[in-house]
Amino acid sequence: MIEQFGRAGFLLIFAIAFPLIPIAASVALGVFRIRPRKPDPIKSSVYECGMVPVGDALVRYNVRYYLFALLFVVFDVEAVFLYPWAVAYRALGVYAFVEALIFIAILFVGYVYAWRKRAMEWI
Amino acid sequence: MITDTGIVIAFYVIGASTVVSALMVAAVRNLIHAVLFLVITFTGVAGIYIVLSADFVAMAQVLIYAGAISVLLVFAVMLTPTGDRRNAETSFQAPALVLAGLLLAVVVFVIYDTDWRIASRGQFTTTASSLGRAFFSPYVVPFEVASVLLVAAMVGAIILTQDEDEEAGHAA
Repeated sequence: MIEQFGRAGFLLIFAIAFPLIPIAASVALGVFRIRPRKPDPIKSSVYECGMVPVGDALVRYNVRYYLFALLFVVFDVEAVFLYPWAVAYRALGVYAFVEALIFIAILFVGYVYAWRKRAMEWI
Repeated sequence: MITDTGIVIAFYVIGASTVVSALMVAAVRNLIHAVLFLVITFTGVAGIYIVLSADFVAMAQVLIYAGAISVLLVFAVMLTPTGDRRNAETSFQAPALVLAGLLLAVVVFVIYDTDWRIASRGQFTTTASSLGRAFFSPYVVPFEVASVLLVAAMVGAIILTQDEDEEAGHAA
């Protein structure tokens, strides 16, 4: 079991190293003057899907978006409760499957309520 | 197969990165950077849980703290005015330092005062599957009641954040 976590740890190390190596290589080649350095305003502007970026990304957001975060937390906790069920699924059988369906069905009531209250609409 | 030295190395690497990122939370002056360092701290704590063979607690830590709590914190930062997003010095600094020092003293005292017994169980076993079995044989009713509690939390969140007049505007 712990070797699987160890493999996940190696994956994490590679995932961190993968973007860092090109940045480090770029800096190193700049230090040794192998990389050309010709900055211009368009090149050093923020890339935004070909659009000209408008303003700062750090604007103040509408308070209504906080509701999405709160609903996300509820569904996240649901995922935590379903995780042990998924791990022990093969040993548990049909009874646990039905129980988990009841668990999801009760939460589905809340989901329908949120849908009806237009809490999921993007504004 | 990872040997014991591998686990020791992993523990020190994870512990060092957790402590450094926790210090950066207090040291960094941009509030959103502080939140991102807090996410690294939460993930590092999850790594320490894995080293302590508590895999379910580690998963819950990643899902709840590194996932949900950090999203709430990022939203809270995004809702504050841009000018207030400084992790600046406050008047709480000296009391917080005293409190943190006292907490450290308590933890160090407990660590050195306790007569630790080394567990005979050597092999790492999954806690999540035994927890799953416990959910469905003795603790079925609490498991389903937890779902009702989550629905109550969801409905409460919607009622608290939605205005009455706004709803009337939608209905019209």
